Order: sequence, then C-alpha cells, then structure tokens
Amino acid sequence: MHLRTGWFLLRRLLSVLPGLLGVTLVIFLLTRVLPADPAVLVAGDQASKADLARARAELGLDRGLPEQYLHYMVRLLHGDLGMSLSTGHPVAQDLAQRLPATLELTLAALALAVAAAVPMGVLAAVRRNTVWDHVSRVVSIAGVSLPVFWTGLLLILVFYYALGWFPPPMGRISSLVGGPERITGFYTLDSLLARDGERLLLSLHALALPALALALVAMAPLARITRAAMVEALAADCVRAARAAGLPRRTVLWAVAFRNGLIPVLTTAGMVFSFLLGGNVLVEKVFAWPGVGSYAAEALVVNDFAPVQGFVLAMAILYAVLNLAIDLLYGVIDPRAQTVHG
Amino acid sequence: MDGRVAYAAGGPAEAIAGAAAWPAEHGLRAGLRRLARNRLSLFGLAILAIYAAGALLAPWISPHPPLATDAGATLRAPGLAHLLGTDQFGRDILSRVLHAARLDLFIALTAVGAAVLLGGVLGSLAGYLGGWVDTLVMRAMDALMAFPLFILAMGIVAALGNSVANIIYATAAINTPFYTRMLRAEMRVKRPQEFVDAARCSGNSTTRIIVYHLLPNCISPLVVQVTLNLGWAILNAAGLSFIGLGVRPPDAEWGIMVSEGARFMVSGEWWVSFFPGLALMLAVLGFNLLGDGLRDILDPRRP
Repeated sequence: MHLRTGWFLLRRLLSVLPGLLGVTLVIFLLTRVLPADPAVLVAGDQASKADLARARAELGLDRGLPEQYLHYMVRLLHGDLGMSLSTGHPVAQDLAQRLPATLELTLAALALAVAAAVPMGVLAAVRRNTVWDHVSRVVSIAGVSLPVFWTGLLLILVFYYALGWFPPPMGRISSLVGGPERITGFYTLDSLLARDGERLLLSLHALALPALALALVAMAPLARITRAAMVEALAADCVRAARAAGLPRRTVLWAVAFRNGLIPVLTTAGMVFSFLLGGNVLVEKVFAWPGVGSYAAEALVVNDFAPVQGFVLAMAILYAVLNLAIDLLYGVIDPRAQTVHG
Repeated sequence: MDGRVAYAAGGPAEAIAGAAAWPAEHGLRAGLRRLARNRLSLFGLAILAIYAAGALLAPWISPHPPLATDAGATLRAPGLAHLLGTDQFGRDILSRVLHAARLDLFIALTAVGAAVLLGGVLGSLAGYLGGWVDTLVMRAMDALMAFPLFILAMGIVAALGNSVANIIYATAAINTPFYTRMLRAEMRVKRPQEFVDAARCSGNSTTRIIVYHLLPNCISPLVVQVTLNLGWAILNAAGLSFIGLGVRPPDAEWGIMVSEGARFMVSGEWWVSFFPGLALMLAVLGFNLLGDGLRDILDPRRP
C-alpha cells in the first residue's frame, strides 16, 4: 500500500473521534437539558423517594453540567451504560447479548438489497427511457413509500399464512430445536462452524422473511442511485474511448463503466444504512426478532430509559463505523478522493 | 420580483445555473403546464387531493364513528356494512382510516413546518453571517446527522415523554438539518452576488435582504424537499406509533392501527392491518410522486 493511502486511512480513522464525541454530547444533553427529570428517567417512574435521591446523587445532578458530562464519559469508557429496570441486567450486557441478532439481520438484508438493486439499476440505465426504465422508476418510488412494518406483515400473510413456505414470525429459530452453540452469535455462521446442517437451514429459513422485508427498504434507493450513477458513467469519455477501441459491450459495461458508477452508489450507501438501522427496530418488532431494536422498543414503552440511551449510542457508533468503512472503501477505490480533503 | 431579474445578472456560472433552473417560460402558468405534462406527478397530486378531501371531510363522510365499538361485529371481513371490515372491538376500519388521515397529516405538516422554519432560520443565518455562527450551527447539525434518524427520534421521544406533541417535536428535530444545510448552501451561493450589494447600498437591513431578496430565490428546491419530506415524516410518525410511542389507543392513527392488527395477520384476518398500512403507503406515494415530478420540473439537471 502506498504511503499516501496509509496516511489517508489513518486520518480517516481519527476523524471519526470528534463525530463520536458529538454523539455522546447529544445523548447526554437529551437526558439533562430536556424537561424530563433525569433521576426519574434512570430510576423509573415507580421509584420511591429514596431511590430518586440515590439516583440524583449518582448522576451528580447537583453538580455543574460539564462535570456531569465528564462523569458520564468516564462511566461510558468503563463500559457502564446503566441498568435495565425491566430485565435487571446491565444494559451493556443486554446489548452485547442481543447485538449479533440485529447484525445478522441487517447484513442479510443489505446483501439481498445490493444483490437485487444493483443489477436492476444497471439494467435500467442500459435500457434508458424504455418501458422497462419507467416501470422500474415507478416501482422504486413505490418501494420508497412502503412502510417496512406493513411490508413485513404482508410477507407473513402471504408466505407464512397463505402459502406456508416460511416459519411463523417467532424469532430466529424454532424453540423446539434451539440455537447453535454461541461462537459469534450469528445463528447462520455458528451453525456453519458447527457443521450443523439442520440448524443452518432452520436459521436461514427464519431469517428469510425479516431480511426480505428490511431489504425492500434499501432496494429502492439503491436501484435509483445505481441507475443514475450508471447513466452518468456510461456517458463518460472513457466509455466512448473503450467502445471506439472495439471492446465488446459487456466488457465496456462491467469493466469500465460499472466501477466508476459504483462510486456514487457507495456514497448513498451511508444514507441507506440510516434507513436500514431505523427499519431494523420495526422489523424486529414485527417478527419478534430478539435483537437490540426490539430490546429498546420494549424498554421505551415501559419507560425504562437506560436501555434506550444505550441503544441509541450503540446504533450511532455502528452508523459511524459503517460510514467510516464506506469512506475508507471509497478512498481506496478512488485515489483522487484521498487528496481532496484529508 | 427584483430577485429573479437580478439572479440572471449574476456571473456566467450563475447565469447557466439560472438558465437550467428557470426554464425559458417563467411564471405560474408555465409551471402548471409543465406539471400537467408529467403524468406521474399529476397522479401524485390526485392522490394527495383525495387524501386532503378525505381528511377534511372525515367527520361527515365516515359511515360510523371511529371510536364506536360493536361487540357483535368484531373482526368482520370487508363487506357491505363495513366496507373495509371491522377490528377486534367491532370498530369500522374505513371510518378509522379516514380519521387517522387527519392525525397523520396534521403531525406531518406541523413537524415539517416547524423543521422548515427552524432549519430555514438557522441555515439562513449560518449562510449569510458566516464565521462562528456558521461553525456552531453546522457542528450542531452534524451532531444530529450522526444518528440514524428514526433512532434519534426514538431517543428524543424517550427523553421528552410519550405523547403526540413530543412525536411532532422529535420529527421536527430530525428534519431540521436538511433545511439548515439547504438554506445555508443557497445563502452562500447567492450572498456574493451583485444584487445583494446593490440592496445593501440602498440601505436594506440584513433581515430585509435575507427575507425579501434572497429567500424568494430559494423557493424551488425548498418546495421539492418539503414535498418529499412530508412523505417521509408520515412514515416516521407511523413507525414511532407502531412501536407504541405517541398515539394511545383508542385514537385512530395508521401506525397504531397496523400495530393493533398485527397479531391477527397470523390467523388470517388481514384487513385489520392491511387497510391502514395501504392508506399510509398511498399517502407517502402521493408525496413522493409529486415531489419527484416537481424535482424534474424545477431542477432538470438531475438525472
């Protein structure tokens, strides 16, 4: 790797830190500056006066705001995200336990979305202004308008209730069988590692509908952006030169235009991640998927605040990491980007 | 309309950009003619008109009161007495869907309206004044945009408390960064132009310049963004109520209706969730089609 690429990667990695600091500041301010009493938020609205007083002392509410933030940051760096009132466990422990379920779902959905959307977008760009293009445009606008929780329910209706092709929406695997031994926490991966064919199939089977519902959220914007990017890429000079040089159409499309077209797709991927992570919460509720999204949603409804706070932080960190990965990938793919802004 | 005349009097780059953004025929009639030629956006407009009518007239055109239960008619499939069926309490789904339109559209309109106002003011000030104001505002917006937006909305509602008003505040907050950035960008482009100097020389105050000279030129991208944003805001609000925030039973709102009907999907009573969700989807579709069409008309540079 060139020295310049190395420096670029290092600078990009470090640039995440101020963003994460901003994230912690926003979350901290949410609990302190807003009208709700932070002690009640932490201790719960069923707390006694003694509990409230203890919470107040613990949170240091009598001290100045910057000092409180410092204490909050120290606790954070020690991995202390508070206690969940509903499960009785530390929030950090609950999140760690449930995170792989969410990641498995999100990554499966992303893979499905990319696998479907990119070819669709390329096809729409190549067949520009034909019936196919207009149809795919309407379909993608419709796709962006779909409420993900509704799509999930419809998938359940059609593919479970009517056709019976998929299992009931009750979690990651049939409770009669139980999950594989936990190595990564990904049921599919763990089953693969344990060479457990039955569990692998069952977990894939249960993963299918929720992943599809979530994938539909991402497919529409990805297809549109791929189409737009490919249209521009195909109009570029290097493509005309390649065609003039006599390269076959397929080579021109995939080897030349596609790689340049991929760049705006990568940039939009960040926005798509935002939708995916948000949609996760809804899909997890519909399919009773035991991930961090359903954890936070359940806690929210019973006014258990610490899990929600931990969840928002975890998702913001995940989002930052994903955007960072895109930026790094973008910088490696397109060396011009490395010199533009460190 | 000094703004528009002076716009064309800017530098060569601005003139080209101006020529692209303002096609040869100006004015409302030309714009409407262009809109009429775009069938998709007309379709979107038609959908929205139907929704507006339905929402406004809901109390008069609903066949049943939305909260009226009927223990003898629970979970009836769509039929003559109840066109869209009944839910588990015997309430008429069509009436509830109509009333839900009022609540959802109200939430979306107020939230986006507040976001435009707040974002517009912040962005205009940041773009026009520059310096520390700019830095402060943009850092704040960057901090907000570092979160997946639905999740940030969840966090805000969790901190503020579970009510419809807080749903509106949260939705407004997560939408503010778009408008802040947009207005800031517009201000930064237009501020160095000659007509601004001319206005200042004739003694206009900063406020007057921003409001009367600069803002009218920012309208077209704003209109597109607001239209698209309204659709997204409805989805957001419905999503929040789906997970149990904001709207409480027995109020009628599309998200909570889908949520209440979800458990009946697995036993085949599909209509309880289907129609509220369909209504939601079509509303969002209307905004997206219209916004897309408007974008084609007002900003044809985009592919």
